[in-house]
Amino acid sequence: MVQNSEPKPLLEIKDLAITFSTPDGPVNAVRNANLTVMPGETVAIVGESGSGKSTTALAAIGLLPSNGEVSAGQILFDGEDISKASEKRFVELRGNHIGMVPQDPMSNLNPVWKIGFQVKETLKANGLAGNNPKQRVAQVLADAGLPEPETRMNQYPHEFSGGMRQRALIAIGLACRPRLLIADEPTSALDVTVQQQILDHLDTMTSELGTAVLLITHDLGLAAERAEKVIVMYKGQVVESGPALELLRNPQHPYTKRLINSAPSLAAQRGDKHEMAVDEVVAEKSEPLLKVSNLTKVFDIRKGFGRKDKFTAVDKVSFEIPKGTTTAVVGESGSGKSTIAQMVLNLLDATSGDIVFDGQAIGKLSERELFKYRRRVQPIFQDPYGSLDPMYSIYRTIEEPLRIHGIGNQASREKKVKELLDQVSMPASTMHRFPNELSGGQRQRIAIARALALQPEMIVCDEAVSALDVLVQAQVLELLDELQRELGLTYLFITHDLAVVRQIADNVCVMEHGQLVEQGTVDEIFDNAKSDYTRNLLSAIPGASLI
Amino acid sequence: MLAFTLKRFLQLIPVFIGATLLVYFLVFATPGDPISALSGGKPMTPAVESALRAQYNLDQPFWVQYGLYLKNLVTLDLGMSFSGQEVRDLLARAFPVTARLAVMALAIEAVFGIFFGVIAGMRKGKAFDSTVLILSLIVIAVPTFVLGFVLQFVVGVKLEWAKPTVSGGAGWGELILPAVVLGLVSFAYVLRLTRTSIIENKQADYVRTATAKGLSRGRVINVHILRNSLIPVVTFLGADLGSLMGGAIVTEGIFNVPGVGNLLYRAILKGETPTVVAVVGVLVIVFVLANLIVDMLYALLDPRIRYA
Repeated sequence: MVQNSEPKPLLEIKDLAITFSTPDGPVNAVRNANLTVMPGETVAIVGESGSGKSTTALAAIGLLPSNGEVSAGQILFDGEDISKASEKRFVELRGNHIGMVPQDPMSNLNPVWKIGFQVKETLKANGLAGNNPKQRVAQVLADAGLPEPETRMNQYPHEFSGGMRQRALIAIGLACRPRLLIADEPTSALDVTVQQQILDHLDTMTSELGTAVLLITHDLGLAAERAEKVIVMYKGQVVESGPALELLRNPQHPYTKRLINSAPSLAAQRGDKHEMAVDEVVAEKSEPLLKVSNLTKVFDIRKGFGRKDKFTAVDKVSFEIPKGTTTAVVGESGSGKSTIAQMVLNLLDATSGDIVFDGQAIGKLSERELFKYRRRVQPIFQDPYGSLDPMYSIYRTIEEPLRIHGIGNQASREKKVKELLDQVSMPASTMHRFPNELSGGQRQRIAIARALALQPEMIVCDEAVSALDVLVQAQVLELLDELQRELGLTYLFITHDLAVVRQIADNVCVMEHGQLVEQGTVDEIFDNAKSDYTRNLLSAIPGASLI
Repeated sequence: MLAFTLKRFLQLIPVFIGATLLVYFLVFATPGDPISALSGGKPMTPAVESALRAQYNLDQPFWVQYGLYLKNLVTLDLGMSFSGQEVRDLLARAFPVTARLAVMALAIEAVFGIFFGVIAGMRKGKAFDSTVLILSLIVIAVPTFVLGFVLQFVVGVKLEWAKPTVSGGAGWGELILPAVVLGLVSFAYVLRLTRTSIIENKQADYVRTATAKGLSRGRVINVHILRNSLIPVVTFLGADLGSLMGGAIVTEGIFNVPGVGNLLYRAILKGETPTVVAVVGVLVIVFVLANLIVDMLYALLDPRIRYA
């Protein structure tokens, strides 16, 4: 007999173990995991990549990769053990009982089908399309907060922005009114303000429908803000779990403590400051190393038959970077911040305006002067997976700029590579390895070593830590900070993440739609933002209300 | 799209001139005198010889010969063969036969290649996949003329399921066996290409999302994996149509099919420039058109591609 007084859990994971068979033998991705989700409750699993958080969630919807299997324990959905359920049973459950909102909106919609089609087949597969499926589809999209659903449903995914795609995916996940929604990092690929809107909307929808949510995230601040219960996973095991606020204020496990300390969202709220040894008096006195004035970039957008539209990506932007300091350019995607970085790197020509580096206008450099300029200004890009040549060994990657610029002989270059690896805290043996053998954080260290090889004066970091887990992110930021102190480097730091800005920057420029809406020191911006746009950005940092 | 198509059609002109010029020159530069070959190496009276040379413009320098050829081409006069037949008529007889053969071969390799490729890709690493992979490797490794003779002997002579050679009419039924031989190697490529493409696409995030929506496995495969996987396969098939038409020489030889390959082979042996150039010219046009069709199918299969 079921007792009515005690509500039954919707999802109960008991002593779960998941094993992957790999060429090197079985790997235990999850061990002894336990968690309970009550009907209508939001539970967050927090951890870094490889902690087993996504694997645990995917097992609950029968979507483990083909080499993975539940090797022990139970997954009880509404009392039924589905850990060994047949594919047929899962087809029945998915969609209308257990829904999913996946991580990356860019890759999770099929690029060759219209949005409406992809929503409609979800409804049809679960027998919910009704007599007028078109109307249903429009309704579902409208519920997910997509404006003009009738027009939008006839478009393809590539015609949508990231935020709109994520709304479409939320529409799909919730279309069939599941009782449990698995949301796997549903907003980690989005800007903070869009992230906030989407999470708010998801909250409203799930509480209206009474849907329980299993939220997977690497951001503890976000988890604590959105979930009633937080589960912290580390190396395949649940190390700590409990009510969100309690866990945040009184963490027991050392890993949880580390997570809380390095979560940028929380650090930013606390107002943690890096201890940068830049002497402010010196900084004020010194000449600006980079001076950008009235910088403008207009792109032509082809519209077919020779017609063109003008799009102003950067509109009369002016700022200065004093030597040895860090200036962060922040803004949402499409605000023009990366375009600025590319123009400073001289990878893109400015339409008008000047970029003056150390007294020299870089727009007018001859080929030879440009070659010299490249030596003094180096980039670090966002994606350490994409910006290292997979066919080059680490040695070749770091040594290449030295060779191109004709510095030293083979022996001295090898010595230099070893020094550089040491500078970024990587063992010299890394030289002989290839990018695919390294983790994301290690690759970004290699990218930094490569940038340092030519002893540049300025480094342009274009979202250099955005793709990294919080702990790794904290380490890389620390490394950049150390290098600045040791080598007197100047940083132009492009990011969408205001939380990171507080940790690293001296000065901040806030961009919106190509225009510079506000600039000032970090403290001025964070404590006394003048524009509404900046205040919106600041309040969108997750965890704002917690500390 | 219309502008794009028009542009591509205009590109046909330089491609055609370039290709025919090259072929014309190659035949011109080939050692051996076509006129003495015509007489079978026997001596001819100088008067007859010079009359023949004048008739085929062989007494003119290369550029004049080619210029005259182009001039006649405008009036659709493709010249005469050494046996006194209009090249146009020869082509009109041989081309449909080869086209039929190539289309059948293409259909065979597309249907079976994609079918088995999908199954192999979905069952990567299983017995079916491994067997199919090994068999396809054998097909690729063994030369067509070996496969052709073996099949002709086994199916045509021993089992008597089909006639070992093709009659003058070269009807659809008679061409099945030659088409199988012609399409076999490409079939193996299509199979492997489809398999790889399926394996790659079935791991895509959107496939997992489709499964998470509650779709059946069949629907996930047909709607979400197959269409995306076909894009590279279609490219290969389009380019292959041209190769099949030009590459039918061996197959047509084995089965005595009166097609373009046969015609071309005999013309090359005789140094019969007008025939060689005409056949190659037509093949070039087929090749370019096939590629145009591929580009259009591309846009049909993948909405992200737009031609302007």
